[in-house]
Amino acid sequence: MPVTIYVPRDSGALSLGAEAVARAIADRARTDHADVRIVRTGSRGLYWLEPLVEVDVNGTRMAYGPVTAADVPALFAAGLLRGGHHDLSLGPTEQIPWLESQQRLTFARVGIVDPADLDDYLAHGGYKGLARALTMSSEAIVQEVTDSGLRGRGGAAFPTGIKWKTVLDAPADQKYVTCNADEGDSGTFADRMLMEGDPFVLIEGMTIAALAVGATQGFIYLRVEYPHAHAALTAAIAAARKRGYLGRSIRHTGKAFDLEVRLGAGAYICGEETSMLESLEGKRGEIRPRPPLPAVKGLFGKPTIVNNVVSLASVPIVLDKGAAFYRDFGMGRSRGTLPIQLAGNVKRGGLIERAFGLTMRELLDEYGGGTASGRPTRAVQVGGPLGAYVPPADFDTPIDYEAFAAAGAMLGHGGFVVFDDTVDMAAMARFAFEFCAIESCGKCTPCRIGSTRGVEIVDRIRAGRDRDAQLVLLEDLCDTMVDGSLCGLGGMAPYPVRSALKHFREDFLRAP
Amino acid sequence: MSSLDSAVREKILGLVADWKDEPGALLPVLHAVQHALGYVPPDAVPLIAHGLNLSRAEVHGVVSFYHYFRETPPGRHTIHLCRAESCQAMNSRALEAHAKTALGVEFHQTTADGAFTLEPVYCLGNCACSPAVMIDGELYGRVSSERFDELVADWGKR
Repeated sequence: MPVTIYVPRDSGALSLGAEAVARAIADRARTDHADVRIVRTGSRGLYWLEPLVEVDVNGTRMAYGPVTAADVPALFAAGLLRGGHHDLSLGPTEQIPWLESQQRLTFARVGIVDPADLDDYLAHGGYKGLARALTMSSEAIVQEVTDSGLRGRGGAAFPTGIKWKTVLDAPADQKYVTCNADEGDSGTFADRMLMEGDPFVLIEGMTIAALAVGATQGFIYLRVEYPHAHAALTAAIAAARKRGYLGRSIRHTGKAFDLEVRLGAGAYICGEETSMLESLEGKRGEIRPRPPLPAVKGLFGKPTIVNNVVSLASVPIVLDKGAAFYRDFGMGRSRGTLPIQLAGNVKRGGLIERAFGLTMRELLDEYGGGTASGRPTRAVQVGGPLGAYVPPADFDTPIDYEAFAAAGAMLGHGGFVVFDDTVDMAAMARFAFEFCAIESCGKCTPCRIGSTRGVEIVDRIRAGRDRDAQLVLLEDLCDTMVDGSLCGLGGMAPYPVRSALKHFREDFLRAP
Repeated sequence: MSSLDSAVREKILGLVADWKDEPGALLPVLHAVQHALGYVPPDAVPLIAHGLNLSRAEVHGVVSFYHYFRETPPGRHTIHLCRAESCQAMNSRALEAHAKTALGVEFHQTTADGAFTLEPVYCLGNCACSPAVMIDGELYGRVSSERFDELVADWGKR
């Protein structure tokens, strides 16, 4: 029996040398005539320990990390193949407290399975949700998703079941399921990890969505910045098609659904659903005014589901275990779990999937372990580049959509970016406008012009020119952008700016 | 008169033919052209427009809208340096300054020897390992100035 060794092929792990580690292990095993099988997985999400190598010892996976290629000879000498002790030993992977305390539903298989192996997916409970969905009516599937309380994990947090119901009720000869995988928010990488680490769960979720509304064609709109996810999805779609999980007759039921990946081209705005649809149609990714909703008139004018990767990937477990199982996680109107992404200047960054209700302080202290620089935390930006900067005084806010809104922030996609006390918050406010100016689609004036004027106003404030009047003007500009923009890009760019002004005003008032 | 040589012209027409019957074909065609040639030559625009039954203005409008598409040839390697907040929290502004000095270029420019083009990018999804850089699709995490110099030296030989 070969010894199974798991080495991630997640691009984050690759960025820290996982490929060289896998090669070194293979070379050493060959030299030692050791019978070794190397399985390339996604990442467990403990990025400060990547590359994280695991060895199967009598059915228990023992972890070592962070491993470099240079560590491999010593690891073999220490008895790696038997789970022997070494300075890099972390014990059984599942018992690492950081991982053990999580509640992984959507990410249950990420880092565990070989993302290219459909049989591995099936062996770990994959396609059970689809099997049940295939026995149900469209209405019953939509009801199940509605009852689960699942809300869109892309940022807007709209109830998924209600969106699906609208598509189901819209009469049409053709309907579409589209997945918005253009996750471009800084500090978010859950989509990438999931597509690289468990692409079949996304395919399964989209197939269930198609059955729920009567769609026969799906598109995954993937950002071009994610070449590894592209490769993983393309391979998984081909495998699913070959085995009858996609195609003209899914599992011989006569129900058709097929799927295609389309690449974006580096436009942040295409994370917005109507811009994404324009882009999928081969046009400039400019906002469409709503109504009509994409659920009624979406891709090529047909009723279309637009959901984010994590939302769709959360559907299989809802169908497999039932709405009540999923709904029992969470708090208030935020049900189920949220894959939280902890990033920036943090000692232990990575992916933490937990039921809603964890406080930011618990997240930052218990998981994050403080800043990477060892300096005090000054601010945490939540929800991407259009999210607010939260000061330490608000760290007791529970991770819940409504609690964040009440605190003047937004949870968005669940990305938390930590900054230490060296950050210049006036510079970050300027950057928020600069980013909006670069990425604005240009369709509406408040966003297109307002963002450029915003940069200029912040520059004048920082230069100490006519400060009081400029601060008033800045507030006025923020109001105009919030009230007058067609979509969230211009409408939310004032969030980081205003939160910086409110909590870190001294940075704007420094002597130039 | 088109300045494209006939082989390039045939290549582009072939890519258009591959996609022309697919809905929303323009982005896939532009990706295919850029993948094959490294950029989308302005003279390709009329060919693509004709093949997809679009106006030249529509095609040009799409090429110019998306940051990823370029109308001039890049250097042998393209370095995408992340400027987003997570990387900024880990000092990417200093890395950015270092990269520009080390390569002797600003963003969107190519080094004098044609080896590298430097492009800004807003998130590579490697935020737990900031700051991040991507070179020709290969991702690198926790990139210090020294590491950046090593990468440039390494890739410069390729």
